[in-house]
Amino acid sequence: MQIRDGKPTREAYGKAMLELAANDSNIYVVDCDIGKSCKTVPFSQQFPNQHVNVGIAEQNALGVGAGLATTGKIPFVTTYAVFGSMRMLEQIRQEVCYPQLNVKIACSHGGFTPANDGASHQGIEDIGIFRTIPNMTIVAPADYESAFELVKAAAKYDGPVYLRFTRDAVPSIYKSDDKFEIGKAVELNKGSDVTIICTGDILSKGVLATQQLEKEGISVKLLDMHTVKPLDKEAVLKAIKETKAIVTVEDHNIINGLGSAVAEVVAETGGCKFKRIGIQDQFGESAPYEHLLAKNGITVENIVDTCKKML
Amino acid sequence: MITKTELQKLNKEANDIRIKTLETIAHLGVGHVGGSLSVVEILTLLYFKEMNIDPKNPKMIGRDLLVLSKGHSGPALYSTLALRGFFPLDWLKTLNKGGTNLPSHCDRTKTPGIDMTTGSLGQGLSAACGMALACRIDNLDNYTFAIIGDGETDEGQNWEAAMFASQYKLNKLIAFTDYNKLQLDGTAESVMDLGDIEGKWRTFGWNVYRCDGHDIASIESKIELAKLSNNKPNMIILDTVKGKGAAFAENKLTNHNMVVSPETATEAIDELKKEL
Repeated sequence: MQIRDGKPTREAYGKAMLELAANDSNIYVVDCDIGKSCKTVPFSQQFPNQHVNVGIAEQNALGVGAGLATTGKIPFVTTYAVFGSMRMLEQIRQEVCYPQLNVKIACSHGGFTPANDGASHQGIEDIGIFRTIPNMTIVAPADYESAFELVKAAAKYDGPVYLRFTRDAVPSIYKSDDKFEIGKAVELNKGSDVTIICTGDILSKGVLATQQLEKEGISVKLLDMHTVKPLDKEAVLKAIKETKAIVTVEDHNIINGLGSAVAEVVAETGGCKFKRIGIQDQFGESAPYEHLLAKNGITVENIVDTCKKML
Repeated sequence: MITKTELQKLNKEANDIRIKTLETIAHLGVGHVGGSLSVVEILTLLYFKEMNIDPKNPKMIGRDLLVLSKGHSGPALYSTLALRGFFPLDWLKTLNKGGTNLPSHCDRTKTPGIDMTTGSLGQGLSAACGMALACRIDNLDNYTFAIIGDGETDEGQNWEAAMFASQYKLNKLIAFTDYNKLQLDGTAESVMDLGDIEGKWRTFGWNVYRCDGHDIASIESKIELAKLSNNKPNMIILDTVKGKGAAFAENKLTNHNMVVSPETATEAIDELKKEL
């Protein structure tokens, strides 16, 4: 587990789409006039026949994507998390999830990562919203390397998938040859005292907290729950069995995100000591990413303290 | 052009579809009578003459496609598909019943011949745009048809789709507005007046035609004109009567979703049978 300087995961999305389209003429991007921001411009240039730009019209974007999917295409409807999870939400429910069409919702600007853009652009409710919709799969990659692989995994997966990317750079943890499976958590560190479960862009904080705790003699199991739905329940059950406590960490509202999903498993199985770290049911603001996270207790120090208090 | 014999046959089919639709709703006791009966002629023309389809192979590649955006008119489409041979007529008795393949609103995963799931108004035209675009990319020579309601035309998404179809020159998209002038809460004029509906679509870059939506020959002539288009999507405004052909429902403000007793249905069906 070594942390390196990384890149925004939206860039991994753009790059992965080029590789996918080069091998499959059924791969499509449906853009909503934010292709420059979502890193799909090279795709539009190299694969113009597989690229559709609907303009600033998210509801129609989803419908066009659904229509394409009825004919066997694999469209990635591309926008920001706030619009993908809310502006086109009922369309996703009605025209993608209910009829189980093979449409991917690929969204940049997840969580606080569009820090300076402010609350209007920070998608902090998306995971919770999609958790409640049947047939939806939710994937939040932690870094550039895993995002690249998970986009390819989503393309292979037959059914609706929501992909959550970061606007800004996040540290890299994985190597470019690491493999990922949708629905299967990655165990980054084995441990017997406490389990830290992370999803998305804050995984590096989980890594640093793990390293700090281990220095202090506490054995930490660290899981990257890149797929929040379907949750890897087996991994959670194993954590309950193998460690004394679980802490979840996410750049998402504390309600109905990763922590809630894990809590459901913990509560229904008699569980173990358990704490959630996430956004404290409040909107963000235009401010640096780290400032926004700190305001909500999403820090290495708080993860370390929370773990220690439970042991 | 439709020949006189063909027209007689199609009118008889329309009458049969209307009867089956009423029987289907009456069997359940309640349903979307008004909007089902107003689209009978367009469905008849599409499924018994216009569309290249194969009831034995409902997913045939290259077939013509239909999105019934006003998904609550499902009973009329189900009756049409059953009479066309997509599934047994017996299925019609299962409308809305647990485990049915014929749910209240159209569902592509359940019903052979249904090309797109609908039921939430204002979304179907976007899906039809995606289908028409995909077919053009695949070099298919088929048409994508869409039927939208006048009430659902209130939804802004239709106008997003209208701009898209024009921008992408979807000339093989032929949409119809079932302009029956009634919506759930009242007349379309009183709830949300569509005003110059032809002008609206024309301004959005579409070819626009208009005709009596219960006159099969007239609709067919407009479809022929639409098929000449080489760079614009097509909208055919169908002037229709909500609840057409059933005296108990025709043009009634209460006919959107109404109780239909066996006696009421029988009376209306007897009247229709006289026309056979």
